[in-house]
Amino acid sequence: MGSFVPTTEAERQSMLSAIGAEKIEDLFSQLPGEMLLDRGLELPEGMTEMEVRRKMEGMAGKNKKFTTLFRGAGAYRHYIPSIVKSVISKETFYTAYTPYQAEISQGILQSIFEFQTMICELTGMDASNASVYDGAVAAAEAVAMCRDRKKNKALVSAAIHPMVLETIRTYCFGSGMELVVIPEREGKTDLDFVKDKIDEQTACVYMQQPNYYGILEAAQELGRITHAAKAKYIMGVNPISLSIVKAPGEYGADIAVGEGQPLGLPLAFGGPYLGFMACTSELTRKLPGRIVGETVDARGKTGYVLTLQAREQHIRREKASSNICSNQALCALAAGVYMAAMGAEGLRQAALQSMSKAHYLAGELKKIGYPLVQEGEFFHEFVTSSGVETDIVMKALEEEGILGGYPLSGEREGQILWCCTEMNTKEEMDKVIAVLKEV
Amino acid sequence: MQVLEDLFYTKSHEWIKFEDEKTALVGLTDYAQKELGELVFVNLPEEGEETKAGASFADVESVKAVSDVYCPLTGVVGTINEELLDAPELINESPYAAWFVKIEDITDKVELLSAEEYEEYVQKETEE
Amino acid sequence: MLIFEKGQKGRGSGILPACDVPVVMPGEKDKRETDLHLPEVSENDISRHYSELAGKAHGVNDGFYPLGSCTMKYNPKINEEIASLPGFTEIHPLQPKETVQGCLEVIKTTEQYLCEITGMDRMTFQPAAGAHGEFTGLLLIKAYHESRGDHKRTKIIIPDSAHGTNPASASMVGYTVLSVPSTGEGLVDLKALQAAVGEDTAGLMLTNPNTLGLFDKNIDIITKIVHEAGGLTYYDGANLNAVMGIVRPGDMGFDVMHVNLHKTFSTPHGGGGPGSGPVGCKKFLADFLPSDLFSEDFGDKDKETSIKSIGRVKSFYGNFLIVVRALTYISMLGSGGIPEASKHAVLHANYMMSQLRDIFTIPYEGNCMHEFVMSLSDLKKETGISALDIAKGLLDEGIHPPTMYFPLIVPEALMAEPTETEAKETIDRAVEVFHRLYERAKSNPEALHEAPASTPVTRLDEVGAARKPKLRYNFQDNGI
Repeated sequence: MGSFVPTTEAERQSMLSAIGAEKIEDLFSQLPGEMLLDRGLELPEGMTEMEVRRKMEGMAGKNKKFTTLFRGAGAYRHYIPSIVKSVISKETFYTAYTPYQAEISQGILQSIFEFQTMICELTGMDASNASVYDGAVAAAEAVAMCRDRKKNKALVSAAIHPMVLETIRTYCFGSGMELVVIPEREGKTDLDFVKDKIDEQTACVYMQQPNYYGILEAAQELGRITHAAKAKYIMGVNPISLSIVKAPGEYGADIAVGEGQPLGLPLAFGGPYLGFMACTSELTRKLPGRIVGETVDARGKTGYVLTLQAREQHIRREKASSNICSNQALCALAAGVYMAAMGAEGLRQAALQSMSKAHYLAGELKKIGYPLVQEGEFFHEFVTSSGVETDIVMKALEEEGILGGYPLSGEREGQILWCCTEMNTKEEMDKVIAVLKEV
Repeated sequence: MQVLEDLFYTKSHEWIKFEDEKTALVGLTDYAQKELGELVFVNLPEEGEETKAGASFADVESVKAVSDVYCPLTGVVGTINEELLDAPELINESPYAAWFVKIEDITDKVELLSAEEYEEYVQKETEE
Repeated sequence: MLIFEKGQKGRGSGILPACDVPVVMPGEKDKRETDLHLPEVSENDISRHYSELAGKAHGVNDGFYPLGSCTMKYNPKINEEIASLPGFTEIHPLQPKETVQGCLEVIKTTEQYLCEITGMDRMTFQPAAGAHGEFTGLLLIKAYHESRGDHKRTKIIIPDSAHGTNPASASMVGYTVLSVPSTGEGLVDLKALQAAVGEDTAGLMLTNPNTLGLFDKNIDIITKIVHEAGGLTYYDGANLNAVMGIVRPGDMGFDVMHVNLHKTFSTPHGGGGPGSGPVGCKKFLADFLPSDLFSEDFGDKDKETSIKSIGRVKSFYGNFLIVVRALTYISMLGSGGIPEASKHAVLHANYMMSQLRDIFTIPYEGNCMHEFVMSLSDLKKETGISALDIAKGLLDEGIHPPTMYFPLIVPEALMAEPTETEAKETIDRAVEVFHRLYERAKSNPEALHEAPASTPVTRLDEVGAARKPKLRYNFQDNGI
């Protein structure tokens, strides 16, 4: 059995006698006897490190690890430079708590300040927080940020990631905010519906760029419609795309959020990922979660602190607009290291290659009877129809060790959402085409 | 502690300066700002909002605390002092110049204290 | 120095190969125009930068971290290795069910173990942290009442000693908070609770042991009062480390709870996250859980979501790699080691408390559980030295201070939680440091007001930071 308790029998006795107790059980004497668990826990016996490694490696071995992926749909496999893992594996970073004691937390605080700066740069916004749980929660929190006494309605596009929409719906169920889903028309957000339905009670409009189907939306125009009705404009974005696609700030967004996983985090069966949130300076104080600010110490030396804390739950309690406490700090650190390692040029390459390869694959697929379902500009994801049942397509690819695009369901049954990143080589794509020709 | 003669006060440490029967400025007293410490932010109501005597209508933040400010008057928020939004330190520096809001169309008020009564009240409170 | 101020224009490391297909760019209307400023540094620059930053931080591996309510226990290295296995890290969350059997086994096994430890029947792993779990759990309560057509239940009862997240979570689900006072013994005031419950009671949120480190012996009466009024009971699992294998929330009468894997189950805090806050509940609430719970139907879209489900609280299935770490830990400790951990957490806390009684006030009688609260009120009156000053003095000694000024009902509070993984000599040294600081408070309070002196920075101007927030590096101001 593994144990991390260092206490020896002699030490136990010495501590007990200092307390004035005979045995450890005496320390639990105030617990009502009838409530005590009168049996041992029904757990397996403890294992040594060697045994537990075997057990866990066994579980990991039951998963199939694809070396070639053309699936995204909210989780993207990009190249992760070695330095990322090296930095986040530094014990001090991963074993520290939230940097409440600023004097001994300057390293962590500074890394968050740098992360905030990078997110502001990417999104073209004024202020960023230190992270939230993931992109879906970032979206839900952004919608909540816009709510006020007079505005209790959110217009949310149906063309966003379905899990993000579901998360927003759950948060609205909690807060009592009204949620109106803007239908999609030909794979895009229906702007006429927005023009028609937006009103004085509308707190915000939420859209995703590129949207769930990979398509670049008329983001500028939607922003104008939103602002004309004095509502806030929230954009959910892919951080990699922002090195070549217009930043939310350029499109006129008030709040930019997104899933930071593409920035150096592994797929990891869905988490931990990284929600980022940035906004205009006007909204800074409504941002949920921790924010780091620059200041000086008693000797005039530059330093960093958690700031604007009176917005947060530990001070404002029931009046706080968000309850977030723990966030995804280590993931934010990874993203910061990733962006430093890639630099603006590296990030641009990742984005350009993802986009270019997606277009190459789309072109090749079209030639063999998998045409785009909707025309329109797209970034690194796109939807094709499939002449063959998608199950059969996926099975055929799987036999070659390839995870194909994501088969859509419901009204889009029979369609496939494909994704390319810089990780996909031309050779891999040609292989896909060769396999599909045979089914 | 500074208390100005020509103002009215509340037990929740706001001051009131009537311009006429229907209109008054409201702020936080010198005693209150000292107790709260260095203020870093103030949340003010929106112009046009209705206020209810005795209800919270604003709050002030220090680094580690947030405190409600109560409106002593029932009426309508006429003007807010936008300067405070950028420079909350004015409340610490000159509390009686740093008015929060101008209340108009006043129809009701909480029990108001004179300068002398307020001084006595604070004295008693601190002794306790 | 910030990373933006290091390196040189044009510096970087070639990480990606050249593009092997024709290059495609976004069209004019969607093309980014603003310059993108990111660091221009070599890998060596990055490596040294972050080593420097790590040198200016304090983790559990650097020294004693008795931060109350946070359970800063040792983070076993095996956890990290297992969580780095490519068989876990390289799995796409939308792979076919038959290719992710290992991931599902991790989740199912952890659910089974945690249910046994807590006395709950089902569990969801979607919540990413404790507060997220509270939100999820309260939504279950809300959905339950609404499913019965009971719409008048709008109030959540929370003791005044509660974590700040409790009332904040209640507000997020649209509930009003009713705060009930604690008694002189530091327990829930039963009379006040009886008076507070009624037809409008949606539920009660409680942590037991509570934030004062005390086990509420009336817990069965408390949960009964709430149930009789038609409310449900929520257990904040932040303090579960005190009672594993000894008493279970499910047996205390709680209907729904969260577990902080990053506290009780040894997963690292990561400088603030990621954590994991799985929510467990009794059978009658299981249908309301977020969709992925029914993992036997995982991937089968028609069956995945129960109609009653509150829906998702997050993308995918939660912070999976954190669950992997927790499972590794529980498997290692097993049926014997889990209770052993709790017993020693309580032993160590009581020992540390016994060694500090002579200098600080322990406001409540009796044994503590895994943590205890001290009040420095008397010291402050006598010397002007506050809990903050003592905390800052600890920094110079390489000890992370206890939680300060919490719970709110104890003045000048310091809340210490030594955990089971600290050795007696570590606790003894901290006790000695506390005594030394106490003496210094009496002999030379001025010096303590100035502490810390040996840290990378001294006390920081938080007022200035909040009044004129500077939240990012400004490239324009620096000519970049």
